Amino acid sequence: MNKNLPTRTVTVRNPQGLHARPADLLVRMASAYQSDILIGRDGELVDCKSILSLLTLGAAQGTVLSVSADGGDAEDALKAIEELFEAGFDDTTEVPGTESALDG
Amino acid sequence: MKFADFITTKAIRAELKAQTKEGVIEELVQALLDSGDVDADQREDIIASIMKREELGSTGIGRGVAVPHTKHPSVQKLVGTVGVSEEGVDFESLDGERVQLFFLLISPPERPGDHLRALENISRQLRDETFCRFLKQSKTPVDINQLLQEADDNQFVSG
Repeated sequence: MNKNLPTRTVTVRNPQGLHARPADLLVRMASAYQSDILIGRDGELVDCKSILSLLTLGAAQGTVLSVSADGGDAEDALKAIEELFEAGFDDTTEVPGTESALDG
Repeated sequence: MKFADFITTKAIRAELKAQTKEGVIEELVQALLDSGDVDADQREDIIASIMKREELGSTGIGRGVAVPHTKHPSVQKLVGTVGVSEEGVDFESLDGERVQLFFLLISPPERPGDHLRALENISRQLRDETFCRFLKQSKTPVDINQLLQEADDNQFVSG
């Protein structure tokens, strides 16, 4: 991959980590852009538009990931993704021990 | 984390009978209950909370795979099972495809890390098309368990 591609570093903020629902949100957000977007760490980069790929990252709270985008709207895509991570995916966390947890 | 760490062998089901989303969830929760890993009196509450989670967005993550799940205070550790449907079920999956492979997970509320590692394991293994295809073709719980064990022994993972 071209090393000059715009790249950002993002951190998983929400306590539940990058589980199925945040991954779904991230895919929807990334898919709104035409750029190819890769995300990952330690040289393992995966397609940010595939939920199955995102789940392979097993990214818990505090995990630092690198995101890069290749395309005409690369900067816009990275900005949106950065904001989504900063907002913790608006992931709702319930008090442990409550019935019928919604999270996950 | 390996399949053996969270899949209850006795609760694995091939040739699922259910033809609806809720039916599959009921069949697999019942399987966990029959295996003794889930309390019988929690059955309705667990099914309801898994369905509630589905309302937030389908856990049908594509490639004919779904990971219905919930947190539930009645379990002490992450428990899960695998079900295979020959014909597939409309699960309102993200890619619109019918779902043939189900990994149902119930985790204690305070252990988000275990849930993430189970999802990581499932998704890593399913990235391998051979594993995915063999699993969909499985006719018995013994076949499924065999494939899970081979996956645990890294016989499918390509990277």
